[in-house]
Amino acid sequence: MSNDPTHQFLVNKIVPIEIGGIDFSFTNASLFMVATVGVAAGFLYLTTSQRGLIPTRLQSVSEMSYEFIASMLREGAGSGGMKFFPMVFSLFMFILTANLLGMFPYFFTITSQIIVTFALALFVIGTVILYGFYKHGLGFLKLFVPHGVPGVLLPLVVAIEIISFLSRPISLSVRLFANMLAGHITLKVFAGFVTSLSALGAVGIGGAILPLIMTVAITGLEFLVCFLQAYVFAVLTCMYLNDAVHPGSH
Amino acid sequence: MFVTAAYAQQSTTTEGAEAHDAAAAGEVHTETGVAHEGEAGSGVFPPFDSTHFASQLLWLAITFGLFYLLMSKVIIPRIGGILETRHDRIAQDLDEASRLKGEADAAIASYEQDLAAAKSKGHKIADDARESAKAKANADRTAVEADLAKKISAAEDRIADIKAKALADVGAIAEETATAVVKQLIGGTVTKAEITAAVKASAGN
Repeated sequence: MSNDPTHQFLVNKIVPIEIGGIDFSFTNASLFMVATVGVAAGFLYLTTSQRGLIPTRLQSVSEMSYEFIASMLREGAGSGGMKFFPMVFSLFMFILTANLLGMFPYFFTITSQIIVTFALALFVIGTVILYGFYKHGLGFLKLFVPHGVPGVLLPLVVAIEIISFLSRPISLSVRLFANMLAGHITLKVFAGFVTSLSALGAVGIGGAILPLIMTVAITGLEFLVCFLQAYVFAVLTCMYLNDAVHPGSH
Repeated sequence: MFVTAAYAQQSTTTEGAEAHDAAAAGEVHTETGVAHEGEAGSGVFPPFDSTHFASQLLWLAITFGLFYLLMSKVIIPRIGGILETRHDRIAQDLDEASRLKGEADAAIASYEQDLAAAKSKGHKIADDARESAKAKANADRTAVEADLAKKISAAEDRIADIKAKALADVGAIAEETATAVVKQLIGGTVTKAEITAAVKASAGN
């Protein structure tokens, strides 16, 4: 059981709930969603409760994440995109905290569930589409018609643009999901090598050193990936929101 | 071996749940199988197990919605407020600093103005003093000069007077002397008129 690298992604019911024949149980995934919200919101709330003019270290962490996302969104979508700041900030903090919580042994990684990342990606794309049509009406469709394309090529280019737009939620969700999943499986596999090799006796213990080093190195890499994937998700969200704010500007 | 375990599990999923329960002979099989039976039962790769999708979506919507609300209503206004306050405070401090600098510059300017005024006043006093001293010296000098000139002219007058008197006397003395000399030399007397003419003639030379 402990050797199965996919076991860590199993969803277990904690409190079974069924509404209208559909299973809405409170699971370990739900628990870690709640934990993610608690940790992220608690950190941001408590570190900024002093409202210090001169920030403490932790307060400056909160401020840095705020300014980091604010500048990312301003660069990505212009000042017109700043109304989406709460959304991008929430997404970034939620994904980052979820990824980092998943790095604790025996903790559940909610971003390694395709349905979770897909829901988040659909939330982004849905916002882009709804806001795009709300703000620009049918002018939003100019998004699929780039400027300066010769008339002959236009149908082809429009088809490509539409396909690339439709593939966005998939690429956005699969990128995050696959990175977290693959990272955790790799960690588990290498860590498993250590235990199984060291069970083989002295030679095995000697041979287990290499996977042990790998495990340590991959753990470091995974922390980087945790941050990087949250960052990538936020950056891409900013880029997609830019399409909703300024369609046909690319 | 875990890799093989995963493989075994994958193959069972393709075969179906019954085959999994019934056939599963290998220890590895049962090992992984147990883990799944308790939970999902379907034995698919856990992240793709759709039995929990509804629950995941519901709880994600609840938790993320709550998180979004917390962020947009509490955290973001608060951090924004902190940054705004700091920004304002810095701007205010900079304004205050530039105001104080302006004041200091004005103070320096007025000080320099006062200094220049005092300097020019000092110069003026010195000049005045010098001028008045010079004027006084000039006046004194002219007074002295005038006095001296008066004295000189008086002296010259006296000298001329004395000279004239002396010269006037010279004729008489010469006549007397000439009379006496002539008397001594020739023993005769010469008329006074002749003597006077002679003296005058020699004096005229």
